[in-house]
Amino acid sequence: MLRFILTRLGMAIPTLLIVALTVFLLVRLIPGDPASLMLGDMASQSSLAALRAQLGLDRPIPVQFVIWIGQILKGDFGHSIATGQPVLGLVIDRFETSATIVVIGVFLASVVAVPAGLIAAWRQNSAIDLLFVGTATVLLSIPSFWLGLLLLLLFGLKLQWLPVVGYVSFSTSPVMASVYLIMPVATLVLHESGVLVRMARASALEVLRLDYVTHARAKGLSEGAVLRRHVFRNSFGPTWTLIGLVLGNLLAGIAVVETVFTIPGIGRLLVDSIFARDYPVIQGCMLFIAFVYVLINLVVDLFYPLFDPKVAQA
Amino acid sequence: MRCAIGLIRICGVFEMSGAGLLEIEGLTLTVSRIGKEVVSDFSLELAPGEIVGIVGESGSGKSMAARAIMRLEPPAVSRRGGSIRFDGKDVCAMPQRVLRRMRGGDVGMVFQEPLTSLNPSMRIGSQLEEGLKLHRRIAVAERRRLILDMLGRVGLRDPEAALEAYPHEFSGGMRQRIMLASVMLLKPRLLIADEPTTALDAVVQREVLDLMLQLTRTNGTAVLLISHDLPMIARYTNRIVVMRQGRIVEEGATGALLEKPQHSYTRQLLAAMPRRTAKRGIDHSVPPLVEVRDLTVDYGGRKGFLRRDPGKRALRGVSLSIRPREVVAIVGESGSGKTTLGRSIAGLVKPSGGSILYGGHSILPGSEGWPDYRLNCQMIFQDPYSSLDPRIPIGATVAEALRHGKALSAAEKHARVIEILGEVGLSAEFAKRYPHELSGGQRQRVAIARALVRKPAFVIADEPVSALDVTVRMQVLDLLTRLQERHGFSCLFISHDLSVVEQIADRVVVMRDGAIVEEGSRDAIFDRPRDSYTRRLLSAIPTLEGNPEGGVRLVERGDCRNVIELPA
Amino acid sequence: MRLPSLNTVLGATIVSLIVGAGLVAMVWTPYDPLKLDFLARLAPPSAHHLLGTDEFGRDVLSRLMRAATTSVWISILTVCASILAGTALGLVTGYMRGWTDRILMMFNDALLAFPGILLALGLLSVVGANMYGIILALGLAYTPLVTRVVRGAVLSLKEKEFIEASRVLGNSESFTMVRHVLPNCIAPLIVLATSMFGWVLLAESALSFLGLGVPPPAPTWGNMLAESRTYISQAAWLGIFPGLCISLALLGINLLGDALRDRLDPHMRGL
Repeated sequence: MLRFILTRLGMAIPTLLIVALTVFLLVRLIPGDPASLMLGDMASQSSLAALRAQLGLDRPIPVQFVIWIGQILKGDFGHSIATGQPVLGLVIDRFETSATIVVIGVFLASVVAVPAGLIAAWRQNSAIDLLFVGTATVLLSIPSFWLGLLLLLLFGLKLQWLPVVGYVSFSTSPVMASVYLIMPVATLVLHESGVLVRMARASALEVLRLDYVTHARAKGLSEGAVLRRHVFRNSFGPTWTLIGLVLGNLLAGIAVVETVFTIPGIGRLLVDSIFARDYPVIQGCMLFIAFVYVLINLVVDLFYPLFDPKVAQA
Repeated sequence: MRCAIGLIRICGVFEMSGAGLLEIEGLTLTVSRIGKEVVSDFSLELAPGEIVGIVGESGSGKSMAARAIMRLEPPAVSRRGGSIRFDGKDVCAMPQRVLRRMRGGDVGMVFQEPLTSLNPSMRIGSQLEEGLKLHRRIAVAERRRLILDMLGRVGLRDPEAALEAYPHEFSGGMRQRIMLASVMLLKPRLLIADEPTTALDAVVQREVLDLMLQLTRTNGTAVLLISHDLPMIARYTNRIVVMRQGRIVEEGATGALLEKPQHSYTRQLLAAMPRRTAKRGIDHSVPPLVEVRDLTVDYGGRKGFLRRDPGKRALRGVSLSIRPREVVAIVGESGSGKTTLGRSIAGLVKPSGGSILYGGHSILPGSEGWPDYRLNCQMIFQDPYSSLDPRIPIGATVAEALRHGKALSAAEKHARVIEILGEVGLSAEFAKRYPHELSGGQRQRVAIARALVRKPAFVIADEPVSALDVTVRMQVLDLLTRLQERHGFSCLFISHDLSVVEQIADRVVVMRDGAIVEEGSRDAIFDRPRDSYTRRLLSAIPTLEGNPEGGVRLVERGDCRNVIELPA
Repeated sequence: MRLPSLNTVLGATIVSLIVGAGLVAMVWTPYDPLKLDFLARLAPPSAHHLLGTDEFGRDVLSRLMRAATTSVWISILTVCASILAGTALGLVTGYMRGWTDRILMMFNDALLAFPGILLALGLLSVVGANMYGIILALGLAYTPLVTRVVRGAVLSLKEKEFIEASRVLGNSESFTMVRHVLPNCIAPLIVLATSMFGWVLLAESALSFLGLGVPPPAPTWGNMLAESRTYISQAAWLGIFPGLCISLALLGINLLGDALRDRLDPHMRGL
């Protein structure tokens, strides 16, 4: 078990390095160098050269990368060209907002979707299966930003039950924060449960036809016990992995939902910095999201032996 | 004296019993969607303590009928008619709660696939406990004692440790023992065993079955043993039911049924059992066609990023020679290295030491003798479902072998393909068909045609009939023998099945753990085995000796002492 | 058996409707999708403008049709590009062993460790938001997945006995690859390509919605939705029809994908 954890941790390090290298090279690919971007078109040659030297841009690329990594490890993600703020603080601040929505959304979606998928598989081809799978496929096909817009139209504008735009952080007012969170979270729950229901159903179907399920029934267990004790645990693995992927992908793609509901999250920050060509922030956002994604998958993997003890031994 | 009377009383039970344990009448099962009958008018009675076998080939409906007894048939299958009574109570009319009390408590079930019959994410202890908790009102400590006792009785070395272990930590044979323990723990009155040992090696198979019999006998449990393996059923049962295409064709006491089979299908099944053919003369003065000297093969040994895998030695210095026209069989259990030996002689695995000579020349890939060898050495694979490319028609598959060697025109190639298809018993129209349109036996015929179309001098056959039903197996085996005699190629025949080997081989090589334990002419190996391992292998499979009426008699062979051996 | 055929019919109908609309729009639309008509600003659906007009009086139906052309075209090019690149890489890494394979796969796996949309956003910030920029960015973002799938298929095929049979016949590795390995990769590739078509279409719409897609005034479903937000209280149809188009297209593709998966590749699920 310890060996499994260590191996898995060891495997994450090269991945993180290559992720960092990709982000680094991506920005280096941009025409023009960071110094001229930071100083604008009017800068003199001498001030450009001075800044280049200060930023280490006159060194060879591999050296620059090592220096850059060193700074990242010290927590120095650089400063925003537009506002001059430290990037890391900005990113973490915005990330909190996005993470709140995404984590609550995915958690609720899993709570709804996994049992639904299990039941659909258990009653394969019945009316209930058809209903669940049909609904899931439709939900899956509705893009989250349109779903959000529709909710906004219905509950915000037509019925006026909920505030249309904006965001209040939990530290300011927990009640108001929850009210503002309802629609964005509902959007994610509806959309993501579509994906999760289908995965949970597909994996449960595979397990349901295995001998040990029949054996459990042959022992005299009730259907509920068979599903809970034998089907759920063995079929949850793929869904569990998918939950990790969904979490990560949502953090990257949350910009659209944040746009709909005008929420100041990390997605919006990234998109705005792309418009503003604020490269240190772009770099910081990408690196941060990618690192979080790798970490989520790492945690997901570390818990995987709960559903498949074999994995820990390989 | 008292002992003998006791025995008679036990034996007498099923003859005088009026009240059967299980009574099935006119059971008919259909696949609901297409209305196809999978079991038709199936009737069976079982007395307490009786052991009955159901024999049939794939698709005979034997498993489905057995599962219906506990109402465990798949949802796609529904009962059209008939009744099932267990202990006088109508199973089909039972409410769920009563049915669940019968399942496990009164009737237990053991499945074929040891790899999937235990829940992989649950510790052995809690899996065994589940049934006890449900059906018996006993204290935790008592449950634990019963489980430990049972695990010990099925031959687990360390029952305490086994409680905390997961299924994947055990071998297939061990898992099947645990499975037996799980079922017998509840002392059911009927045990349904559906091909319980088909996936296991012969020796393990015998051990597990002996154990099953021993446990059920002490407990007075009746057994319904389902299998395609007639000699196995014959050895362990009081009565046999023969099924074909969903129907019972014949039923009777084991000895009588084997001796005087009434139905033509039963006779056909019995005739399909391999039996020894006359000894053939092989000229031992000619030099060997293929010679293997001190062959070693190592697997793995990958140098990883963080660890170093030492690898595994699959073959440790094997020497072997095959003369022209000779059929040499390699037998051994899984992991014995027999397949690796075949694959390295075929050039699919790179040996790490030793040499392979063909016609006196070394044939390592790249050497001078290699191209000639490649043309003259062909292979027939085990699994007819994976040995043919699903996207290529039969004709083209066979013709592909003609790309190399003597240049032929398209018309000549086509003619040769049709000719060889004819030889393996497939008409010319098969050339246009795809593998999925063929049965398993037909596919294996195609695989034989592909191997022989170039008229090779040497053919390696790796378990060529082990995936086939018994009657088909006999046809393919006969075909292979006929073709071998007609074309005179030498053959290396790899098999785990001694009875098949007895029919086809001139010489037999017994392998274990990557080395040869014994080697000799077929008759010498089968009649006068010297090595204890060979004797153990032989004792695991009974043979059927034919009589003039088309019947057979079961004959034990080799070392007939009880081979149950507690695992190391 | 009834269920998949219903899937197929429904999915194929929807997909061909969308593709058909895109094709028709290349030569004909009811109005010029770019023509401004300030007299007909924000007109609700009527006999003149079946789906109404937007804030500049442009005909919504015409714009939706032209947007279909753009979306379908981008999706097809992107899927083709990454399937071709990924298949080549997958075949090579699946067949090669040793260090080359390992280093290539390490990079591939690290790229897979980026959420696809994040990689696309990063690439877009480099190549710029225009049609070919999007194709390049999304194509590159999805290639590692194709590589992984093809490599997996090749590795499992290499274990099949018919591949060994081909070697025993004396066929060369390259002949075996072209004749036996590649054709057997096609089924999983078709299934993957279908799902990818949906992902790309969704990603393209999302990027457009964020303002990082094909630049206005060219219509896309995504930028139409984005523009509708300002007027959504007065003209709800502006926010409804483009979203309906995306959802229908995705539904069609998903249904078709399910049907294809059932037929061609029952063992590949999820992804």
